Amino acid sequence: MAIDILMPALSPTMTEGKLARWLVKVGDDVSAGDLIAEIETDKATMEVEAVDEGKVGKLLVEEGAEGVEVNAIIAVLVGEGEEAPADAGKSAPPAASPAPAAAAAPAPVAPQPLAAAPTAAMDAAEAKAYESTKEQTVRDALRDAMAEEMRRDGDVFLMGEEVAEYQGAYKVSQGLLDEFGAKRVIDTPITEHGFAGIGVGAAFDGLKPIVEFMTFNFSMQAMDHIINSAAKTLYMSGGQMGCPIVFRGPNGAAARVAAQHSQCYASWFAHVPGLIVISPYSAGDAKGLLKAAIRNPNPVIFLENELLYGQTFDVPTDEDFVTPIGRAKVLREGKDVTITAFSLMCQKALEAADILAGEGIEAEVIDLRTIRPLDTDTIVRSVQKTNRLVSVEEGWPYAGIGAELAATMMEKAFDWLDAPVVRVAGEDVPMPYAANLEQLALANADDIVAAAKAACYR
Amino acid sequence: MARAASKSGTASKAAAKPAAKRTSSRSRAKAKPSFDNDTLMQFYKDMLLIRRFEERAGQLYGMGLIGGFCHLYIGQEAVVIGMQHALDECDSVITGYRDHGHMLACGMEARGVMAELTGRKDGYSRGKGGSMHMFSREKRFFGGHGIVGAQVPLGGGLAFAAKYRETGGVSVAYFGDGASNQGQIAETMNMASLWKLPLIMVIENNKYGMGTSVNRSSAGPALHLRGDAYGIKNKKIDGMNVMTMAEECKEAVEYARTSGPVLLEAETYRYRGHSMSDPAKYRSRDEVNKMREERDPIETLREHLIKSKIVDADALKKIDADVRAVVADSAEFAQSSPEPNPSELYTDILIEA
Repeated sequence: MAIDILMPALSPTMTEGKLARWLVKVGDDVSAGDLIAEIETDKATMEVEAVDEGKVGKLLVEEGAEGVEVNAIIAVLVGEGEEAPADAGKSAPPAASPAPAAAAAPAPVAPQPLAAAPTAAMDAAEAKAYESTKEQTVRDALRDAMAEEMRRDGDVFLMGEEVAEYQGAYKVSQGLLDEFGAKRVIDTPITEHGFAGIGVGAAFDGLKPIVEFMTFNFSMQAMDHIINSAAKTLYMSGGQMGCPIVFRGPNGAAARVAAQHSQCYASWFAHVPGLIVISPYSAGDAKGLLKAAIRNPNPVIFLENELLYGQTFDVPTDEDFVTPIGRAKVLREGKDVTITAFSLMCQKALEAADILAGEGIEAEVIDLRTIRPLDTDTIVRSVQKTNRLVSVEEGWPYAGIGAELAATMMEKAFDWLDAPVVRVAGEDVPMPYAANLEQLALANADDIVAAAKAACYR
Repeated sequence: MARAASKSGTASKAAAKPAAKRTSSRSRAKAKPSFDNDTLMQFYKDMLLIRRFEERAGQLYGMGLIGGFCHLYIGQEAVVIGMQHALDECDSVITGYRDHGHMLACGMEARGVMAELTGRKDGYSRGKGGSMHMFSREKRFFGGHGIVGAQVPLGGGLAFAAKYRETGGVSVAYFGDGASNQGQIAETMNMASLWKLPLIMVIENNKYGMGTSVNRSSAGPALHLRGDAYGIKNKKIDGMNVMTMAEECKEAVEYARTSGPVLLEAETYRYRGHSMSDPAKYRSRDEVNKMREERDPIETLREHLIKSKIVDADALKKIDADVRAVVADSAEFAQSSPEPNPSELYTDILIEA
């Protein structure tokens, strides 16, 4: 049976090319793998191999011919003792068979994010957990979360710079080495790219690493493994390769450490499908959400704040309590304006709400807690009540969380808005070192008060 | 082949000559490698499957059925087949984007690999990964990674997991001469040595990182000697000879299983361009032809099989036909499998907790 050899494409955009050279002549026997021709385009050259065996029956394109169309028949192979059919190569080139259409299906719709819908039960469970609490710093709450999860599951381990013998650069992992040993609490060299990759590889095989970045500023070195390896591989593997890993550490501005060590990464990571991004404020949420993050089968970015580590909050005593991911929390109820914030900015928002109350404005303050997936429902419900939204974040305004919230309100609460959404954010500059300039660059309670008044036309 | 789970492979493994003691490794490396006939025939068949598969992939690419990037493994077959012979079922394999050969060597089905290349629902990643991103948890093949060098720390993580869980497994991470200059590989060598991870790093030195000769990209006397800086046992191997590869890899795997990381530099060669679109201006045609004619791993083994009267030409012809049939079947399958359902667009982003 005659076999047609087609002009190959060297790239998806190639439509025609030059047949630079024939490496066989009519009558030659060829086997699979033998080189038969050389093809050229303006940017590439390739030798074409036979994929079948036979005798060269016809060469239909002259050597040196330019403008040979992709998929045109360029030669015919014939079997033993066979002649090339007279009409060989004259028929229309057999176009590559198109892919069979996928079964008829409705157009894809982005599913609602993982945030669980009916929330009353969750809120009730959370409220119940807070019936029995103890006072604890954020630092200790984070440590307890890790320790409890490590006791519960032998696959959980902690790795990072200074997490073991030094007891944590910010003392978050204090005592863990003593309890769990060097096998599970691992000091790494100062090489984020490499150890993040090792963590992700271990997670691909089912371990549950907690990778501590001394601060998230250094996660930039590991960005490729966070985004390309951890976040995307589940999708690229058709669901085979889960990556249960937590990247955690302090995020945002510390104090007087200048631009490279002071910035908020919330919107960077929130941009990426395949990641969960959490940024708690209180110690109770730090503990409950870190436990949830460690148990979650997906890669989780857990953004802490150095300035909060030493602050004390009420933390549920029940070790089984886990804060649900994807749920915002109303920190203060109000009817006049909604203020959203996360991490340290919740504190500033609460301060602002106190000031606003003194001026007759009742602000509702919402702690986002999870940045991705965002609890849009809770925010929309609040805006339906207050008709105004002020978004507060420490990071830069451009393409920030506030920009996302403003767009979300346009899409989901446009008819409820009585005023444009107002963004409060860090100034759009690298963080300066000088004390006065640093203060100018950061958002504070007064900025939030001014924004809320603007939203209320006051 | 241990991991392709072929019956002959398993039998031949048991019958293979027991390894000499480590003290005699030098003389052993020089001694003529000794494999039973079944094993040699399996090597031939496995290498030929990769060769024919890649040629067919090239053809389907030429027909516009495979999109994007497509990096063929033609010429390098002995590296992965030799290494795979040394591995057990508990071992893990990970590589970069020139990965079709590694998947076939791990025993992944030609149909599933080809259907992924054509972006169809029956591909290993359900059409969502493509040439550079395929995986099989069952075969412990962990990809298929598109970012140069990323697979090496990931492979270090697989070795970490094996050690953590005390499975006795090793992890093999393949990368190219181009990737060997990546910082993350130095970082991984450092940690693998510090923590004695059962990691075998295999540099497939095919002499060009894309179009840049290794001599123009890489300082120092030899890539494998970079292991010395980290106290990592290292060796250069003839990657064009499957028997040499299999012998040396066996020794490396035994060492890694008990003692820590190994860095191997397999000297090999790719006949085809870096990807399908390649200017072919950075090396001479003579250089490529000389390699094909004098060092081809499949031809070398074929000659050995015939000369040693292990097999006659007819028997090899039969193997050739069998392999071609598997590849033709995979190509047909890859064209008849449907594209993924549109609803797949939003699946596999996060696992439902």
